[in-house]
Amino acid sequence: MTDEARASDSGAAGEPAPDASRSYYGRPVIKAPVWKHDITAYLFTGGLAAGSSLLAAGADLTGRHELRRGCRLASLAALSASTWFLIHDLGRPSRFANMLRVFKPTSPMSMGTWILAAYGPMAGLAAASEVTGVLPAGVASRALPGVGRAAGVAAAGLAPLLGTYTAVLLADTAVPAWHDAGRHLPFVFAGSALASGAGVGLLAAPLGQVGPARRMAVAGAAAELAATSVLEHRLGLQSEAYRSAAPARFLRLARGLAAAGAVAAVTGRRSRVLSALGGAALLAGSICTRCGVYQAGLVSAADPRFTVLPQRQRLDAGQAR
Amino acid sequence: MITERSRLLGSLDPAAGSGYVEPPPRVGFFTDTSICIGCKACEVACKEWNGIPQDGIELTGMSYDNSVGLGASTWRHVAFIEQRVAAPGAGGDETGVRWLMSSDVCKHCTSAACLDVCPTGSLLRTELGTVVVQDDICNGCGYCIPACPYGVIDQRRSPDGDRNVGLAQKCTLCYDRTGAGLEPACAKACPTDSIQFGSLDELRKRAAGRVGALRAAGVADARLYGEDPADGVGGAGSLFLLLDDPEVYGLPPDPVCTTRDLPAMWRRAAVAAATMAAVTAFAFLGSRS
Ligand code: SF4
Repeated sequence: MTDEARASDSGAAGEPAPDASRSYYGRPVIKAPVWKHDITAYLFTGGLAAGSSLLAAGADLTGRHELRRGCRLASLAALSASTWFLIHDLGRPSRFANMLRVFKPTSPMSMGTWILAAYGPMAGLAAASEVTGVLPAGVASRALPGVGRAAGVAAAGLAPLLGTYTAVLLADTAVPAWHDAGRHLPFVFAGSALASGAGVGLLAAPLGQVGPARRMAVAGAAAELAATSVLEHRLGLQSEAYRSAAPARFLRLARGLAAAGAVAAVTGRRSRVLSALGGAALLAGSICTRCGVYQAGLVSAADPRFTVLPQRQRLDAGQAR
Repeated sequence: MITERSRLLGSLDPAAGSGYVEPPPRVGFFTDTSICIGCKACEVACKEWNGIPQDGIELTGMSYDNSVGLGASTWRHVAFIEQRVAAPGAGGDETGVRWLMSSDVCKHCTSAACLDVCPTGSLLRTELGTVVVQDDICNGCGYCIPACPYGVIDQRRSPDGDRNVGLAQKCTLCYDRTGAGLEPACAKACPTDSIQFGSLDELRKRAAGRVGALRAAGVADARLYGEDPADGVGGAGSLFLLLDDPEVYGLPPDPVCTTRDLPAMWRRAAVAAATMAAVTAFAFLGSRS
């Protein structure tokens, strides 16, 4: 049996399949992911690192020092968390390095590992250059800003890949609510990454420097909201998974937080407190979006309807031809 | 650096597509469920030969099925389905029972999603065209598990102390036996030859012959599953003769290897990534505050 017959216990709120005789005792056809909460967290921290690296590079090039510093440090923190979550979720964490023996475009996880491996040192260097101020004056401290800029720009170049590949990671599975959302998930995650990066900017920088973060907040939140609503309403049967109890709770919360965050970002021009609250709301909204998407996948994996019905329709349509 | 080239080459012979020079004929299973008697000798023989640990003894109430489904420690699984049917001579009353039994196993797909998505190269295409996990390479990332369209492969989570806990596990088509010219343990143990092992070409012929014979004898429900090289997984290495729709047995009716859509997904991600860069540029060029 599946170890501990786990998947059977997490059905879609106990709703039986419409025609129960057309499934094997209502059992799931596919296996749900065995990933723990680490992967949901990883989706968020990866996006956060990406969004803040982009904002940091822009801030650096336009002379917004406090915005740059806050975003660089946040991206290093998010990157470290990502790496920890990624390794911690392995069944054999000590064998993490086995990922580095192959380069496999057919495996989004392999590509993600390499993206992280390329991005990590750049984001790390950029963040390290922020500590020049606390070092004694010397050659190193004079060279660091240049190194920091180059590394920061390189990190920003890789950041959009880091922010969107996780969507492919989920979609490239047999989990129906993820696979069938393959066209839209990259935009959900891109929007969510931008919104969370903007959230860091709004929290970290003084009012005089956060103009770009405000615009990024509005654009990111708008993309997140629009793309998520496609998941909830335009995927046919799979949208039912996104609208079922647990995912819907997260996605409703995500919607409220993203909208509130964007409004606060715009209206908070004269209030650092309001701006910061908006930033916090955007971060929380991004977390909720990731949780909602992840939970919808679990719902669709647990109930054989989501796997069988679309395939049955496809077959019947093919036979009619 | 290892790369799996079978998909890129679109080869129908997965071993040749993976780089084997003049591989031996591809092997597989033909499971003829019309003569399965539900004895579970295959489940037992598989556990014995492969040294698979016990993974729970409980009564499920699902007919005679107490192993529930394929998993990390169940590489052959016998499904039992009880259906109400018209009893002969009962004037159409559904007072009879039809009992379907079927021994399920890894499909050893031509386009294997588990193998495609494996980030370590642990999942391997053998020279026989089968798909095998290398226990000493797998790091337990778990990606293959939701990738398989049949829900075959899973992570072993018990018992504590088992050397493969944490790793992905599934049928190897008894690679250690077939490599030495023996048939897999399940096929060897099957008392009715419901499970047959052999070269896939030969099995395809045998399956076509058997379904034709059954239909000619009046078994209109008989159909093959997994035999079509044009299906979503490029044809399975494990063929089945079923007596009802696949979903009745817990099988997906029209499975697709998820990586078939991967190029389109990468393209969408590239567009989304470019959008992220553009939004950032716009955010900074937009004004001076
Ligand atoms: S059935 Fe599943 S585990 Fe077996 S080869 Fe195909 S994808 Fe891999």
